[in-house]
Amino acid sequence: MDDPYKTLGVPKAASQDDIRRAYRKLAKKHHPDLNPGNAKAEEVFKGVTAANDLLSDPERRARFDRGEIAASGQEQAPRSSYRDYAEGEAGQRYSHGGGGAQGWDTDDFADIFGSAFGGGRGRASDRPRRGQDEHYALTTQFLGAINGATQRLTLPDGRTLNAKIPPATADGQVLRLRGQGSPGWNGGAAGDALIEIHVAPHPFFTRHGQDVRMELPITVSEAVLGGPVEAPTPSGVVKVRIPPGSDSGSELRLRGRGVPEHNGTPAGDLYAALRVVIGPPDDALKTFLEGWKPEHPVNPRQSMEPRP
Amino acid sequence: MITIEVLLARVPDLPLQDLERWISNDWVRPDGRAGDYAFGEIDVARVQLIQELRDRLEINETALPVVLLLLDQLYDLRRRLRNLREQAEATNS
Repeated sequence: MDDPYKTLGVPKAASQDDIRRAYRKLAKKHHPDLNPGNAKAEEVFKGVTAANDLLSDPERRARFDRGEIAASGQEQAPRSSYRDYAEGEAGQRYSHGGGGAQGWDTDDFADIFGSAFGGGRGRASDRPRRGQDEHYALTTQFLGAINGATQRLTLPDGRTLNAKIPPATADGQVLRLRGQGSPGWNGGAAGDALIEIHVAPHPFFTRHGQDVRMELPITVSEAVLGGPVEAPTPSGVVKVRIPPGSDSGSELRLRGRGVPEHNGTPAGDLYAALRVVIGPPDDALKTFLEGWKPEHPVNPRQSMEPRP
Repeated sequence: MITIEVLLARVPDLPLQDLERWISNDWVRPDGRAGDYAFGEIDVARVQLIQELRDRLEINETALPVVLLLLDQLYDLRRRLRNLREQAEATNS
């Protein structure tokens, strides 16, 4: 994509309102359904829409301005287009005057224009045309999105597709299944199925880029004495050594246990925030604490006290 | 055949009342009757177009009938032109 500011014709300092206005003006002029048969309008429309998608989001705009992201965004799921249907027989439904108001006879045209057009011209209607891309959404489990999974998708027309979700798939990512969209015409290739993946939340893992975070509950004695505990990770249970004297809130980093390596992006880490669980009342613990004189008494709320 | 539920699932952020109003305005013309509508692919595309014209391009519902009327006439003409061309080609071949 070119410079999105140039595409919309606004200065870099333009306000969000200016950008919205510029987009609306260009989009009205170049909307493909308002310009059927004009391939250039469609190209321009795609460009201004992509530019607007980037600049209308203040956060992404700021990141673009700082050079953190390039102008070419993720693959957008293109929407099906009204003009593809309206010119065909289906378009009769919206014929001006309501429904099949024909009032003319194709044979008349044959008579009138029978010899008006020279032969030898390419027949547009016979040209192979690629089928339409179809859009679907699929919700997948958190771990399936991290580790990869195959999921069956039933389409509105009753077909089923096996969607192979690659490891490290992020929420909102679009999968393209080649040739699984609408069939082509006159021997043209079928369109693609574009599947937008939604990742369902996990009860205790959350994803942050390549890293995964979770809270790991430990007992009082594990916190004080340390020792090995079993901890879940997205790729299975591992043994983790809790350092002696660990406190609630301290974080362990399990290197490489986050989102797996993919397309050259190295594997992320798993951060486990410890949470000490006292458990049910325990007489021995109670008796011990009543007689306990700490070696180094601490006031954990010291930093919250007002300073003179 | 596409039911109203499937259509709403395929057109994110479209309130049911809006769709029902568009149908009663005759902007969208599904088969069947209220409670049992059957939409075609063209209706889904048209609903997406109306939503895009209204929400993204800010053509409000007062102006929309004029836009749709002109658009329908444009596509009428293009459809006729296409039929005409096919007719002419069939005559010549």
